[in-house]
Amino acid sequence: MNIKSRDSKYLKGACMKYNLLEKTKVSELVNALKKKYRVVGPKEKENLFVYGDIEDAGEIRLEHKPPILSLKKYYLPQEEQLLAFKFKEVKAVPVEVKKENLVIFGAHTCDITGIICLDHASSIEPRDSNFHKRKKNVLIIGIECLRPCDEHATCVTMDTHNPKGGFDLMLTDAGNNYIVQVNSTEGENLINEYKFLFKESDAKSEDGLIKMRQEKEKWPRSLKVKTDDLKKTVDSGLKHKEWESVKARCVSCGNCTNVCPTCYCFDIKDDVDLNLNNGTRSRVWDSCQLKEFAEVAGGENFRKDRKSRQQHRLLRKFSFSVEKYNRFFCTGCGRCTRACMAKISLYETMNNLVKE
Amino acid sequence: MANDTVMEKEKKASLYEPVAGKIVSVRQMTETEKWFKIELEGKKELHHCPGQFVEVSLLGIGEAPISISSSPTQRGYFELCVRKAGKITTVLHGMNEGAEIGIRGPFGHGFPVDELKGKDLLFIAGGLGIAPLRSLINFVIDKRKDFGKVTILLGCKEPSQLLYKDEIEKWSKLTDVAFRCTVDRGAPDWKGNVGLITELIPGVDIDVKQTYSIVCGPPIMYKFVLVKLMEKNIPENQILLSLERRMKCGVGKCGHCQINKHYCCQDGPVFSYDKLKGLEGAL
Ligand SMILES: Cc1cc2nc3c(=O)[nH]c(=O)nc-3n(C[C@H](O)[C@H](O)[C@H](O)COP(=O)(O)OP(=O)(O)OC[C@H]3O[C@@H](n4cnc5c(N)ncnc54)[C@H](O)[C@@H]3O)c2cc1C
Ligand code: FES
Repeated sequence: MNIKSRDSKYLKGACMKYNLLEKTKVSELVNALKKKYRVVGPKEKENLFVYGDIEDAGEIRLEHKPPILSLKKYYLPQEEQLLAFKFKEVKAVPVEVKKENLVIFGAHTCDITGIICLDHASSIEPRDSNFHKRKKNVLIIGIECLRPCDEHATCVTMDTHNPKGGFDLMLTDAGNNYIVQVNSTEGENLINEYKFLFKESDAKSEDGLIKMRQEKEKWPRSLKVKTDDLKKTVDSGLKHKEWESVKARCVSCGNCTNVCPTCYCFDIKDDVDLNLNNGTRSRVWDSCQLKEFAEVAGGENFRKDRKSRQQHRLLRKFSFSVEKYNRFFCTGCGRCTRACMAKISLYETMNNLVKE
Repeated sequence: MANDTVMEKEKKASLYEPVAGKIVSVRQMTETEKWFKIELEGKKELHHCPGQFVEVSLLGIGEAPISISSSPTQRGYFELCVRKAGKITTVLHGMNEGAEIGIRGPFGHGFPVDELKGKDLLFIAGGLGIAPLRSLINFVIDKRKDFGKVTILLGCKEPSQLLYKDEIEKWSKLTDVAFRCTVDRGAPDWKGNVGLITELIPGVDIDVKQTYSIVCGPPIMYKFVLVKLMEKNIPENQILLSLERRMKCGVGKCGHCQINKHYCCQDGPVFSYDKLKGLEGAL
């Protein structure tokens, strides 16, 4: 699948620019950025990783496994106020998105792909203006992966293991330096602004980068289904006995969709303060894995059992999204597998679907 | 980066902001259904197409998708028929003339009115399914000569649940509309048909090339009605179904109403059968 950003801000292939950043200068860069931006990045938390605000440059863990929640939370917050109102009145005031210049420092390519997916979904008319207002003020500085995170990651099959756009700058470890790939005018401006920290790149580093990326194609694939066969596998596998096993194990907790970088479904709820004066209407993350998700009055439920809900999830990742946006909505990050309480593994399910 | 015009537009519009509507008239239709006539602020037109719906928005309580049950040929107001089903609909049932409610919409793809011009129409409405169909039925009656033969089949559980009784009475007297009504269970004073709505279909005289069937009812009804319509050889693209799904946003964002690759709130609620056939979980 061809991964392209539909966002015109990113530079086109031909004018790729590279710089070098000495590793010892990373902290200086982060501290300089912090003067102008809210800087977030991967940090360690109880043996796991989370994306969070960087108070001190030393907190950033550029070597990390996918943080518990993806970057989605910075674009579609878990809870977001849409309207504010006086209780029992009919007029409401839209709650404006807070303008905030954000730098995401150290995102993996899978997570950057997640934002590209959300961009597609949010750009269908009528556009989701809150998403786009936020996105406009985010700069992404990625970190290239040099090895697969673990066996749960399926980024090679999903073709998200190499940088393919959606970022402003991409850092790639090259010994004493990071090679910095510039992918947008904003990225270029940023380099110009902090020129004193960067060096010009050289042909040797750039050649090395190309070779290293080619080598990455040989990474092991835990998801054995060929990329081109993923849609077919889900579409034609709905009657496969593997689903009975998934059904028996799933506990409908919704973890898989919460941690998914491309799941964007939400519920809308109203809150009124205790004095019954003021209220807000918000959207909150919802999960198609919860029983009530598709239930209507009269008790009819269009996805009553766990099997149909799990099938819905995989169809949304590998089939509907291809028909609607011409791309997979799975980034291969492996979060759903890591987060599943019932040990349902995306790659095992898919691999089993192609077995007799 | 998004260009200015789009950004400007986005600054102004919130997809979720309701406009004010006033309940100018309410009537209890059955034990569980009420009829509401609503005027938008400044008597603005809703500009809907038959088959579309609105989100009725009660701030502090929530929103519910409700079909617009009046024809766009009626100007200056629109009508809703609401069944008391839960939280929002119960609060709505407690509201009187003069009360204000929020309205978002109209949303969704309604009936393809232009495509239907000159065709024979076979309406099949079960229970509350009459609400969205009534919008098209009255539209067709108001522009009667633009359409071919019109047949209306109406069914509900029992006579006390019949909606729009006065209007039905009028439809049944129209010489250019064939009207049949049936109830699952009769009552002592019921003189009409008793039996399922599907039993009325075989008796309808159908010109297969010309006829569009327009169906709305409880989820269970579609399968049985479709069997009968297939027996009549009505082409799949001429069977129009208005579907219900859980809906929250109404604008293709929240994911609740998804039917396979379609969002019911945007691509529907009206679908032709050929678009749904074979889609897992559609019917
Ligand atoms: C396109 C469309 C047109 C509709 N037209 C009409 C109509 O003309 N008249 C009418 O009376 N009803 C109509 N409905 C159904 C109506 O939307 C629900 O009955 C209503 O949302 C229930 O809200 P509530 O707060 O009263 O119930 P709740 O207290 O929220 O719940 C009661 C029951 O309703 C179900 N429900 C909750 N929210 C929704 C929702 N957003 N969509 C569907 N079911 C829901 C719940 O699963 C629960 O079983 C329509 C639904 C759709 C999708
Ligand atoms: S109701 Fe939200 S996507 Fe259709």
